[in-house]
Amino acid sequence: MNDTVIAFHNFGFQYYEQSEPTLYGINLEIHKGEKILIAGPSGSGKSTLGNCLNGLIPNAYRGTITGSLTVGGIDTKNASLFDLSQKVGTVLQDSDGQFIGLSVAEDIAFALENDCIPQEEMKERVRKISQIVDIEHRLENNPHDLSGGQKQRVSLAGVMVGDADILLFDEPLANLDPKTGKVAIELIDEICDSGKTVIIIEHRIEDVLHCPIDRMILINDGRIIADDTPDNVLARNILTEHGIREPLYLTACRYAGIDITADMKPASLNTLDMSRCAEKLLKWHESNPDMAEEPERRPLLEINDITYSYDGKVTVLNHVSANVNEGEMISIVGKNGAGKSTLAHILTGFIVPDSGSVVMNGTDLSKFTVSERAEYIGIVLQNPNQMISQTMIYDEIALGLRIRKIPEPEIEERVMRIMKICGIDEFKKWPIAALSFGQKKRVTIASILVLNPKVLILDEPTAGQDYRHYSEIMEFLRELNEKGQTIILITHDMHLMLEYTGRAIVLCESEKLADQKAYEVLCDPDLSERANLKETSLFELAQKAGIPEPEAFVERFIRYERKVKDNETETVLIQSA
Amino acid sequence: MKQKLFSYSQLDTFVHRLSGLTKLVCFILLTTSVMLTYDIRIIVGIMILSLIMMKISRIRFSQIRLMLVYVLIFLVTNFILTFLFSPLYGVEIYGTRHDLFPIFGRYVVTLEQLFYQITKFSKYLSVIPLGMIFIFTTNPSEFASSLNRIGVSYKIGTSLSLTLRYFPDVARDYHTISLAQQARGLEMTSKAKLTKRIRSIAAILIPLIFTTIDRIELISNAMDLRGFGKHRKRTWYAMRPLKKEDYLSMAVCLAVLAITLYVRFVVNKSFFYNPFI
Repeated sequence: MNDTVIAFHNFGFQYYEQSEPTLYGINLEIHKGEKILIAGPSGSGKSTLGNCLNGLIPNAYRGTITGSLTVGGIDTKNASLFDLSQKVGTVLQDSDGQFIGLSVAEDIAFALENDCIPQEEMKERVRKISQIVDIEHRLENNPHDLSGGQKQRVSLAGVMVGDADILLFDEPLANLDPKTGKVAIELIDEICDSGKTVIIIEHRIEDVLHCPIDRMILINDGRIIADDTPDNVLARNILTEHGIREPLYLTACRYAGIDITADMKPASLNTLDMSRCAEKLLKWHESNPDMAEEPERRPLLEINDITYSYDGKVTVLNHVSANVNEGEMISIVGKNGAGKSTLAHILTGFIVPDSGSVVMNGTDLSKFTVSERAEYIGIVLQNPNQMISQTMIYDEIALGLRIRKIPEPEIEERVMRIMKICGIDEFKKWPIAALSFGQKKRVTIASILVLNPKVLILDEPTAGQDYRHYSEIMEFLRELNEKGQTIILITHDMHLMLEYTGRAIVLCESEKLADQKAYEVLCDPDLSERANLKETSLFELAQKAGIPEPEAFVERFIRYERKVKDNETETVLIQSA
Repeated sequence: MKQKLFSYSQLDTFVHRLSGLTKLVCFILLTTSVMLTYDIRIIVGIMILSLIMMKISRIRFSQIRLMLVYVLIFLVTNFILTFLFSPLYGVEIYGTRHDLFPIFGRYVVTLEQLFYQITKFSKYLSVIPLGMIFIFTTNPSEFASSLNRIGVSYKIGTSLSLTLRYFPDVARDYHTISLAQQARGLEMTSKAKLTKRIRSIAAILIPLIFTTIDRIELISNAMDLRGFGKHRKRTWYAMRPLKKEDYLSMAVCLAVLAITLYVRFVVNKSFFYNPFI
């Protein structure tokens, strides 16, 4: 039986502008109707692999191809982008930035328009496909006005309307809040049932495995590391060493000393053989002590009864109050559009609230200009490219001080001190263009920290980062926090909130829904549901294992993992010393 | 708000219901008429027509205020400069001279000059509402399809409409970047010196250019992957068939152009309308 739709044979690829190949000796076959997960850390070559499939390589990104790749019977070396787009439909990440049509219907029809399909037939096909993805009541809306989940549906419909048999999803979960991500994965699963071949490129394994996957392909440094069923790959315990996070419930099992084997079916918590885990988990739980009491903290920032609306009609924040204590690291969470960013912009003075005040140490901040306020509250935007305006790292960090006319010797001293704190002092004379994303992020954080703000706000500091870079950025922020810096994180990454922030403020529908310990939020199914979060799998694991206080289990896990991470850093330090 | 400049607003009026093609053709016909004549009767006629259309299409003053201010500043400057450079051009054109009052030296205000400059002023002023109506009532994707129907390549049409479409996003980026840089101490108010302000603007433009390039790469890949540019032609989902109103509107505008030409070549026998003979 020959049902191979994609075949890589000794395939390699090197971008013209790079000195080394991005992919080496790839041998891979994908069969009709399969559902494949391609996982790997950033820079592993997984997106390059995807771009080889859909024809962006070599048509939009040039380079040298070795070996061969056939997709649906055609050799991609000589195929045009359009030939391949008939075979492979691609859903790119971040659906927001790529809507072309002004209405949902028009956006779905885009591929048909390019194919010169007559208007009547086009309308009929758009109607049919929109019924399949359940968006037929929104056809006249502007895609930008839809919710995150609906946007996913529109992007999917726009690709499916072209009738390609292979669907490729490039990081479908990036920029989605946890619940929307879950819906997106379920939607992809439905499509798969209709006989399409589905390929998902993603590093958030646990979220993808929410629905069953036939095969998981692990890529690192341009090579295939593993190509097997999820159960087998997970049992091999190789994800973490390749910079990818394994499902949290498995990490918990390992901590409890459980040897995970493929026949325990570890790919999903629903299939995991609990009879072989429960006892050890309970034992582990009981052997770990409760947390020591939190230190008493002094309130630093008071957010008093803030109300704000863009146009006097739609309220974005409705009587929101909260306190931030000195030396705390907290998170503000909630679904897209819940008012998180608005609140941050009110704190930094970018926008003026309709009522309410922001008070720091008894000083009402409303009397300061945006620039004066930066010495109290600094903000680091999500995308470092939105902030960097200088060519040299040193100049970028010094910019804020130079504008403030601080004498050059003092600038030098302050910049060097901050560069040291941020671990970038060795790059003093480097151009910014030579840095990686994570390093650029550090530069932007440094450029704000140099102004000595009492409170530092970061908007989605780890968006789109794999586990290794995520850990790198977050460990850095934790060190800063331990040196006394108060930090507010705006995020919809639950791991981040759970692992790094003690307290979470949950915003929902413009109101403050909760203000409590982060692990409590993720152990409350009702609260998680309302705020578009997802309860953590640790909680479910603890319940399944029959642990009497599942919340305490989650809390102990986080603390245990903290210790493991600290030990790792120490080991690294000892090794490097 | 800045980002509301140039935005299409969806309403259900007579003007909105016209097809994009009709609006484009009418816009071209009427502006051509205005360009082809210096007869104030026709110009004022077209101005009144376009003001009525603006009223019908329910364009609010707040939408156009900013644009109007810039246009008026330009027109007034133009008015003054025209007088400074050639104070007696009107006399030259109309061949008569009625002095009103002297200012100084060769600068004498004549009835002819005043008439000439008012005509010129009205010419500009009558074209502007037409442009505004077109921008505010035409759905950007219909705009692309109508450009395509009068013979412009669909690639150019689509890129134009996408530019209009993503303008608010870029404006939002600009706004965020500008605030973040102001937080670092950048002075954007008029208090700052010019050289300093230019440097401040660079500190905003550089990040803006980079984020916009990222945006463009994303969307152009998305378009390529969905087959944009595959064939020499393409069809349009948003294209509307022409209705009775469309033909009627185009006929009216064509009539206006015909009248203009008739007046120019038969009645006035000149570019200018001369009331002084």
